[in-house]
Amino acid sequence: MSTEVSRPTRPGTPSSPPALRPERRVPRVFYLMVLPALALFAVFHTVPLLTGMFFSLTNYAGYGEWSFVGLRNYVNLFGDDRIYGAYGFTFLFAIVSTVAVNIIALSIAIALNGRIRFKTGFRGIFFIPNILSILIVGYVFNYLFSNSVPAIADALGITSLTTSILASPDTAWIGVVILSVWQAAAFNIIIYLAGLQTIPTELYEAAALDGASPWKQFTSITFPMIGAFFTINMVLSLKNFLQVFDQIVSLTAGGPGTSTESISLLIYRGGFQGGEYGYQTANAVIYLFVIIAISFIQLRVLQRREASF
Amino acid sequence: MTATSQSTARRVLADQPVRDDVERAFRPDRRRVNWWLTALVAVCALTVLIPLYLTVVTALKTPDQLGGTGFGLPTSARWENFADAWTLTSFPRALLNTGLVTVGTVLLTLVTNSMVAYAIARNLHRRFFKGLYIYFIAALFVPFPIIMLPVVKQTAIFGLDNQLGLILLYTVYGLSFNIFVYVAFIRSIPLELEEAALTDGATTWTVFWRIIFPLLGPMNATVGILTCLWAWNDFMLPLVILSDPSAQTLPLAQFIFQGQFNTNYPVAFASYLMAMAPLLVVYLFAQRWVISGVMRGSSK
Repeated sequence: MSTEVSRPTRPGTPSSPPALRPERRVPRVFYLMVLPALALFAVFHTVPLLTGMFFSLTNYAGYGEWSFVGLRNYVNLFGDDRIYGAYGFTFLFAIVSTVAVNIIALSIAIALNGRIRFKTGFRGIFFIPNILSILIVGYVFNYLFSNSVPAIADALGITSLTTSILASPDTAWIGVVILSVWQAAAFNIIIYLAGLQTIPTELYEAAALDGASPWKQFTSITFPMIGAFFTINMVLSLKNFLQVFDQIVSLTAGGPGTSTESISLLIYRGGFQGGEYGYQTANAVIYLFVIIAISFIQLRVLQRREASF
Repeated sequence: MTATSQSTARRVLADQPVRDDVERAFRPDRRRVNWWLTALVAVCALTVLIPLYLTVVTALKTPDQLGGTGFGLPTSARWENFADAWTLTSFPRALLNTGLVTVGTVLLTLVTNSMVAYAIARNLHRRFFKGLYIYFIAALFVPFPIIMLPVVKQTAIFGLDNQLGLILLYTVYGLSFNIFVYVAFIRSIPLELEEAALTDGATTWTVFWRIIFPLLGPMNATVGILTCLWAWNDFMLPLVILSDPSAQTLPLAQFIFQGQFNTNYPVAFASYLMAMAPLLVVYLFAQRWVISGVMRGSSK
């Protein structure tokens, strides 16, 4: 702002020729439009980020005294089984859910785009999960998994399902996947539908004339044409699933044991309740770099694939 | 104008008999309904409806009717469950808090985020605004848990560990994504409109409010819907920010309530249903609009 050469001329002042206006006029009003947002963003986003990074180098418990410990938190993270457990679960969950949600959403979107009756009605139904709170839906699913499914399995004689899948450390994650996919599919369906509608129907007509099978039409028309939407959905899904929190709080609370403890839940618990403020912030910093790295790799790979079509 | 384009279309079709054949070959096919596919979609739709059905029937039962799969209809509806849930979760206060936070967030987001995006979109050739754009967008990749712990301390110091703080934080944290969609949209609006207004003596300020903001209508709808869903349903931010129990929002009220009374399923489910109902009702009426809004946001 201090480098301004001239005072801003009032708009409409004849002294400024219109052609030169974009170069000459100092858009003070534009600065006024962004500066409050910039200040708030810096205070509530960047400052906490930097504070967090700073405290990750201390032994701060969240209260009381603290001292500088250098990189000790980071070193300790690598020998912590609970951290490995959380990363292991989070990645397993996020990858399975991302793949599942994209397959399901794309299939349903294609069906909804087909020659079916009650299109609008079905679309309306499939979007419902997205308007509901995951926490509350999670409680309902908890009941479903713990009471309804075992009762049905019992009646049908399927012994493997007569105990709740949430009660076993080996299967509890599947419950989290089912709830998350149920909730997230809605949004992905809508995005895929938007993508499918950008495909000109002439392409299918031409392909049908050439005798291309539905599968061939999917692999050579549909999928390439919605490449950008596929990329968006894959990147957003994985990024969101890596931050899984509400689903777990309502479904398993991280259990049984710590078998479904996600990174977010671990940071929340250790940071707020466990007196591990500094330590868990170090965990969060690592988590930040992991998410950034994965998102960039994913974008690179998927966009290269998009371009090759 | 429509007449002209229609006759042009007819002329083009007449010139191209092959096209006409293709159209005739496909029209009836497109009109024919694929009932097998419809049935399949209907079965898939059940996966959405069954959990909702379960919520409704459970909310109407007495505890002794709970056995079995839970899918059976209640023998006699117990409406008191709703009354119990109403008082146990302090429903009116939680609803008011959520409503206040949601409305406040949506309004503040629409007004401020679009304005910031406008300033950035029209000055992307300037280094400061370009940098600002990258700065805001980069935050999309920062997971919330890393700033969670410091932000809680900060809001407590500023006295913002309340509904006002939530509104502010949602507005600030939504900026990254909203700027992204708004800037792309604003850059597709021709500059000539604004230049004409500016030479007529309007200020940039009035240009924004009188010309740009109304033109942003469809984008405002998208951003408004997504922000509304987020602010209404979010659980993590209220969980860590709010310190006063009287400020709790609907999801938070369910969480605290669950911890205390999780054995009485019918009352719990009545409570869940009441927490879901307001958005469900709004959605029932605004369905088409909501979906088209979200679709527009995704294709930008």
